Amino acid sequence: MASITLKNLVKKYDDGFPAVNDISIDIADGEFVILVGPSGCGKSTLLRMIVGLEDITSGDLYIDDKRVNDMAPRDRHLAMVFQNYALYPHLTVFENIAFPLRLAKGKFSEDDVQERVRAAALTLELTDHLDRKPGNLSGGQRQRVAMGRAIVRQADAFLFDEPLSNLDAKLRGQMRAEISQMQRRLATTSVYVTHDQTEAMTLGDRVAVLKKGELQQIASPRELYEQPVNIFVAGFIGSPSMNFLPATAEGNILKTPIGDFEVPAETAATAAGKEIVLLGIRPEYFEDASLVEESKLVHGNAFSAELTHTEWLGNEQYGYIDFDPSPEVKDMLDSLARDLDADELRPQVVVTLDAASRIRGGRVCELWLDTRRLHIFDPATGENLTRDADAGAALTEEANQERAEEIERATREAAEAG
Amino acid sequence: MKKTTTKTRLIWAGITVVVAVYALFPVFSILATSFKEPSDLSNGKLLPTNWSGVNYEQILVGDAQGLFLTSLRNSIGITLISTAIAVVLATLCAYAIARLDFPGKKLVLTTALAVSIFPVISIVTPLFNVWRTIGLYDTWLGLIIPYLSLTLPISIWTLAAFFRQIPWELEQAAQVDGATAWQAFRKAIVPLAAPGVFTTAIIAFFIAWNDFVYGISLTSTEAARPVPAALAFFTGASQFESPTGAISAAAIIVTIPVVLLVLGFQRQIVSGLTQGAVKG
Ligand SMILES: Nc1ncnc2c1ncn2[C@@H]1O[C@H](COP(=O)(O)OP(=O)(O)OP(=O)(O)O)[C@@H](O)[C@H]1O
Ligand SMILES: [Mg+2]
Repeated sequence: MASITLKNLVKKYDDGFPAVNDISIDIADGEFVILVGPSGCGKSTLLRMIVGLEDITSGDLYIDDKRVNDMAPRDRHLAMVFQNYALYPHLTVFENIAFPLRLAKGKFSEDDVQERVRAAALTLELTDHLDRKPGNLSGGQRQRVAMGRAIVRQADAFLFDEPLSNLDAKLRGQMRAEISQMQRRLATTSVYVTHDQTEAMTLGDRVAVLKKGELQQIASPRELYEQPVNIFVAGFIGSPSMNFLPATAEGNILKTPIGDFEVPAETAATAAGKEIVLLGIRPEYFEDASLVEESKLVHGNAFSAELTHTEWLGNEQYGYIDFDPSPEVKDMLDSLARDLDADELRPQVVVTLDAASRIRGGRVCELWLDTRRLHIFDPATGENLTRDADAGAALTEEANQERAEEIERATREAAEAG
Repeated sequence: MKKTTTKTRLIWAGITVVVAVYALFPVFSILATSFKEPSDLSNGKLLPTNWSGVNYEQILVGDAQGLFLTSLRNSIGITLISTAIAVVLATLCAYAIARLDFPGKKLVLTTALAVSIFPVISIVTPLFNVWRTIGLYDTWLGLIIPYLSLTLPISIWTLAAFFRQIPWELEQAAQVDGATAWQAFRKAIVPLAAPGVFTTAIIAFFIAWNDFVYGISLTSTEAARPVPAALAFFTGASQFESPTGAISAAAIIVTIPVVLLVLGFQRQIVSGLTQGAVKG
C-alpha cells in the first residue's frame, strides 16, 4: 500500500526528445489511475520512470512521501506488467509466476509459493499450462502469465502497461472485471496504461490524458467526458468521438454548416467577440426529432438535415451528415486529427439515433439537438470555453467517494469470506 | 502436422543412408586400418585379417609413446587454453557489440572478418621468423597466439549474433521482480546466453584442435608439437614398414574428445531457447 506522487517529472532521452514533459500527478493510496493517450505520447516511459527503469531527467518522484528518484527498482516494491510481457523463456509458467517469490529469499516457504502461484493461476485460468514454457503459449496466455507474475506477491503498487491488449473481446471483458475486483479487494494502488476506451472509462478512479508527453487533464471518467478542459481531451475520450463543427455567433444563434442553433445565453456569451469558434457536440446530443418527448423539445433545437447513410446496431443507430468546411477549418481539423493519432477527421457529423427511428440515408429528415450540453472551443488554443470547473470537480469528488465505499465493501466482504 | 507418405519417407531414408555412408566410410576405413597388423596393411582389403591392438600398443606404451603422448598433452593444453581465452575475450567483445553503441563498433567487426579470411599459409613464414627472433618459437604461447587469431574472429561473430537475439528487457523485468543487478543477470540472462557460449567454445575448440599448418611450422621439438603435426613424424618399426597403422590409431584417439564434446554438450546447444520471451 502506498501513495505515489509525481512532481514535475521530465524525461529527456539522449537525443534530447522530451518523452515526458513536466508531469505532476498525486496518486492516493489505493487509487486506480489510468494513463491514456495516442501512441508515442510517453505512457510507457512514465510508467518505467515510476518503476525505476528509466532515469528521471528532472523532477521528483515520491512513494509514500519518500523521494525515490535514485532508488533501485527492487527497493521500490512495485510490480509491473510489461507491454511486451518480458517472460523468462527458460522457465515454466509456474516458475515464471513464482520468480518474484523465489527472489524474496526466506520470506516464502515452498508451500507458500505453491499455494500463491496456484491461486494466481486459477484467477488467470492458467492452471492447465503451469508446466509449459512461455514459447509454446498463445499471446493472450503469455499476457496472463505476465499478469500472474505481477499479482503473485504483495507489491506496494501495480503498474500495468496495456496488459489486455492481446486478448480477445470475451477474455478481455472477463479479465477487466477480474482486475477491477482484485484491485478493490486488495486496495492496491494501481497505474494502468491503455489504449482502450472501455478499459479507461470503467476501470479507473481517475484517468490522465497525455499528449506528446504533457498531461492534459486528470479527472474521473465522467468529468473527462462531460467537462473536458480542451479539444484534445474532448476528442480523445468517447467513442464515437465528439463532433467538431465550425460556428459563428450572432447573438444567441450559432451558425454552423449543418444548421443554425439557438443556444442558452451563457453558452453564447463564451463565443462572443470571436470570429469563429469550434462547436463540440457528442453524437448522443442529437436525436430523431419525432422521437423526442414534448417536455424535452424546449431544451434544444430541431433542424433538418440530410443523412448520407445510417448504421443500425440493434440497440441504437448511427447516422452520418457530411458538411463542407472552409479551408482554414479543414486545416484545424486535420491538425487535431494528427494529435489524436487518427488518419483524418472527416468533415462529417456522427449522430446517435434511437434504434426505433425510421430515418434513413438519402432523405431530408428532422433532427433535434440538445443545446444545453454543447461545448465551445477556442480554435486558436483548443481551450474549452464552456467548461464548468466546479461541476467537474464535483463529479470527480463523487468518484472518490464511490471508490472509498467500494474498497470498504470489498474489504468487508473479504473479511466475511475469510 | 503434415502426414508423411511412405514414399517420401523412403526417399528420405535413402538420402540419409547415402550421406551417412559418404561421411562415415573414411572414418570406418581408418578405424579398420588402425586394427591391422603391420604386415597386413597392404593386403588390399578393407577389414584386417586379424583384429590386433598392436598399433594402439605402439603409440600408447611402445616405441612411439613418447612422441604421441607428449603431443597429445600439448594438443589438449594448447587447445583448452586458447579456447578459454577466445571465449572469454569474445564474450566480452560480443556483449559490448550487441548492447553498447560506441564509435568503431563496425571497425571491430570488419577487422575480425578481415583477419579470419586472411590465408593462414601466407602469414606462417613471417610468423616463423618473428617467433624465432623473440623466442616464442616452439613454445605453447607461440601456438596459442596464432590460434587466437583463428578462433577469436569467428567467436566474436557467432556470439555477437547470438547476443543480439537475447531479450535484454528480461534483465529489467527481473529487477522489478526484486532482483539485484547481479541476480538479474545471473537468473535471466545467463541461462539464455549459455547455449551460445557453449556453441562458440566448441567451434573454437575444433579449430584449434584440428590445426596443422601452425603446428608443423612453429614447432621443432616435443616441447610444443601438437598431435596433427606429430603424426607426420611417426615412423614404422623398421625402415621398410610404413607407419600407417600407428597414424590411424592416433587419428582415432584424437577424434574421441571431439565426439565426446559434441555428445556431452548436445543438450546445451539447443537453439530457439529465447522464443516466447517478448511479444512479436
Ligand atoms: N530509448 C529511447 N530513445 C529515444 N526515444 C525514445 C526511447 N524510448 C521511447 N522514446 C520516445 O519517447 C516517446 C514516448 O514513448 P513511449 O514508449 O513512452 O510511448 P507510449 O505512449 O507508451 O506509446 P505506445 O502506446 O505506442 O506504447 C516516443 O516518441 C518514443 O519515440
Ligand atoms: Mg507503450
